[in-house]
Amino acid sequence: MAEIVIVGAGPAGIAAAEVLVAQDQRVTLLDEAAQAGGQGYRRPSPSLAIDMAGLMGSEAGKYAGLHARFERLRPQLDYRPGTLVWAMDGDRLHVLTGGRAGTVRFDMLMLATGAMDRIAPLPGWTLPGVFTLGGAQVVLKDQGCLIGRRVAFLGSSPLLTLAAKQYRAMGGEVVVIADTTPLYAKIATSPALLRAPRTLLRGLAYTAQAMIAGTPLLNGVKPIAVEGTERVEALVLRDASGRERRFACDAVALGYGLKPETQLADLAGAEFAYDRDFRLFLPKADAFGRVRRGLYLAGDGARIGGADAAEASGALAAHAVLADLGLQQDIAAIRPLARRVQRLRDFQRGLARAFAWPSRQIGALPDETVLCRCERVTVGEVRGAMTKGLGPVEVNRVKAMTRCGMGRCQGRVCGPALQEVVAAAAGHDVEAGGRLRGQAPVKPIALVAAEETP
Amino acid sequence: MFRVAKRDGARVTLTLDGEPIGATAGDSVLAALLSHGPILRRLEFGGEPRAGFCLMGACQDCWVWSEAGGRIRACTTPVAEGMRLFTEAQVQARG
Amino acid sequence: MTAATTDVAIVGGGLIGAWTAFFLARRGQRVTLIEKGVVGAQSSGVNFGNLRLQGRYPAQYPLSLRSQALWEDLEALIGEDCEFARTGHLYLAYDKEESEKLEGYAKVSDSYGLQIERVGPAELRKRWPWLGERAVAATFSERDATANPRLATPAIARAALAQGVEIREETRVSDVARQGEGFLLTMADGSQLSCGALVNSAGAWALEIAERFGETAPLFPAGPPQFVTEPVPYQIEPSIQAIDGSVIFRQIPRGNIILAGYPRTAADPVSNRAPVPPAKTLAAMRALARVAPGLAHCHVIRVWSGIEAYLPDMIPVIGPSLTQPGLFHAFGFCGHGFQIGPGVGLCLSEMILDGGTPTPLDAFSIGRFRAEATVSEKFRKEFD
Repeated sequence: MAEIVIVGAGPAGIAAAEVLVAQDQRVTLLDEAAQAGGQGYRRPSPSLAIDMAGLMGSEAGKYAGLHARFERLRPQLDYRPGTLVWAMDGDRLHVLTGGRAGTVRFDMLMLATGAMDRIAPLPGWTLPGVFTLGGAQVVLKDQGCLIGRRVAFLGSSPLLTLAAKQYRAMGGEVVVIADTTPLYAKIATSPALLRAPRTLLRGLAYTAQAMIAGTPLLNGVKPIAVEGTERVEALVLRDASGRERRFACDAVALGYGLKPETQLADLAGAEFAYDRDFRLFLPKADAFGRVRRGLYLAGDGARIGGADAAEASGALAAHAVLADLGLQQDIAAIRPLARRVQRLRDFQRGLARAFAWPSRQIGALPDETVLCRCERVTVGEVRGAMTKGLGPVEVNRVKAMTRCGMGRCQGRVCGPALQEVVAAAAGHDVEAGGRLRGQAPVKPIALVAAEETP
Repeated sequence: MFRVAKRDGARVTLTLDGEPIGATAGDSVLAALLSHGPILRRLEFGGEPRAGFCLMGACQDCWVWSEAGGRIRACTTPVAEGMRLFTEAQVQARG
Repeated sequence: MTAATTDVAIVGGGLIGAWTAFFLARRGQRVTLIEKGVVGAQSSGVNFGNLRLQGRYPAQYPLSLRSQALWEDLEALIGEDCEFARTGHLYLAYDKEESEKLEGYAKVSDSYGLQIERVGPAELRKRWPWLGERAVAATFSERDATANPRLATPAIARAALAQGVEIREETRVSDVARQGEGFLLTMADGSQLSCGALVNSAGAWALEIAERFGETAPLFPAGPPQFVTEPVPYQIEPSIQAIDGSVIFRQIPRGNIILAGYPRTAADPVSNRAPVPPAKTLAAMRALARVAPGLAHCHVIRVWSGIEAYLPDMIPVIGPSLTQPGLFHAFGFCGHGFQIGPGVGLCLSEMILDGGTPTPLDAFSIGRFRAEATVSEKFRKEFD
């Protein structure tokens, strides 16, 4: 029987495993986290008394449902939590479990590696107290902690209002919700959003609630800086009217939509293409998530679509696996799934257009802004390297010259912003500057991990 | 970081730069340390303060030093009794 | 279309090509440097960065020493230091047989005037306390150095540019033909260039030119597995090499430890990829933890390799073509071209302008591959 390995136990990985197990396939599910669910449906850590139903709001049913389904599925899987896939070699995944290196062989590999926040840097963003928007939600679900008592939400994302609502419900003070996209730009793209009206209504409801709660809700802002010496003291920005405003706070949540975690797809040899709506290089796959026979991508790790799309795309990719194994196909089930994935992803595409990634603002960041947190490389250092004779105009080359993207996170955080800074300095399109190529290890691994067990 | 949910569990004590910090089994090292003070570590390049960023194991900005000379990623590591952690490397460079 | 003209065309914008261009232009030559990608992107840019003097191939010492003097003068020569640092180099032996081999190397180095210190086990631990217990003997050569290969070739090319060299990046040569006393190069875009002399420094791609003129060498591409760790407090000053070939590493003042390991891996110059098998990364991690046990908890953050050109006798081809006057080869540096790069560039400029160089280079003639090739012991050890 074929060895089917799924990486990532979020909605996509779980839904895929469900379809495969129902067809009596043997499935190994590897997940870096200690508990299944992924980031969006993150479970509280053991013994934490937190009202998840209240926190998840309208998604509470789905959240509970996914975890219940996983519990039923679990005995039928080779489920390995706490397992990091750090490299690939042919038909072998190199993994790290409990600090030890090992390998897992596969015939069919599905990558459901999820996403993280996409970040636009601003001066002061490395100060303690500035966190990602997704992280601000994860630490609440997982640890029952707010990132601060007085929190500013900055970025361009419908999740700003959602997270702000959760924070307010849990007793946090929301000092401002500041979105870099002007309101008219959002409205102009709203026809695309009407394709998933339920989600749209939910977004509008959060916005209305924020307004009722008296939180300043600003559109079309230009971030200036996070101020503070040893920690966040204030967020300073220019509002749409051009007025500079200072919001005293002890934490800032930053989020400009999500970016897929594509490192493993890269190591597996997937091709990437530039997507103008998301302004990201994304791995190429067919409508089922098939990169080639034996390699499949599902969930937000393939295309940002949200939890519902992740589930549907996981199931869809599982059907592609079954088809490629020559097993009987339930055509009746596939068509609605494919339509559902398409519809939800189209909606996210609309969102990506509405809540625009602020390319121009990033290209124009002041020189002293830190771009690469890991190696502490500034925007000015990148521009300086590029304007020298024979200066690089391609991102990997810029990385080689400046160390931007060369540190512990391997460009996960700074990559999208680096692309914009390079494109602006070179005067060319982002696509022409290329993308940071992935290299193993996907995350840092200690030398001791390589020790052979006696 | 500001706690809004109770946790039942064994009390554990860890230290950061020698200062004792109380936590509850199940806490992440990050949540335990940041509930106590704003800083997790000093950056290797210039010493600026850092406190992590992504909170989900991706950005690699919350690696704190542990007594054994190694580092642990604070956001994905649960607390354990007696952990001795540091904001900076304890190994003395040879003069 | 009329062809542009130049005195010397150099094909291959790696370290060798850049230095050759620099030295030629300094003596008033019109030089065009042609690079299929960008300068210093291949083995010149991804190598370990070692400027090692001890343990070199004996016939290479005159070249090597001349080259080191140029590296030591780098900032004065080109206006950038490229993180050059005189760190010293420590060779480690793990048993008696290896110590004898080390002593053999040291005698050769001594005879060329290098100061090679013999270090016994007790002193080893005292001077470099982070070393593990395995080493039984070592030699330390204080003149050996390191530099940052990612920065070096572009900096040298910039200096060449300032001397008037024309640098054509992203330019592929599609044909080379004899034209009178010189050569006519045709580029993939159809443009042409006439030159008096031609330098073939195209690295792993050099055979395409040599074979056009009836010369060959058993060149093959490969890459060493390399990795870098997160930054840890700076304490390891010299670069360290185990003579058994298992590991070579150094720490940069920022704190990161850079490692190269063996065996090397086959690379593919067509797809331009040199993937590192994870098993080799793991083996190199174990080797590093054995040599410096204090690093055991340090994390590897990035692995890479690059495409280097090798020859079975593990020494390069440097010198004039034996079939075409005016053509000069410099390729197949077998993973040790970084140190001798400036020397090779200087010698080539002398060959072209003076008809010869005072540095003895006969051992590196392409003519040696007319006879049966010898296979180096090093070759057997360093590849799978």
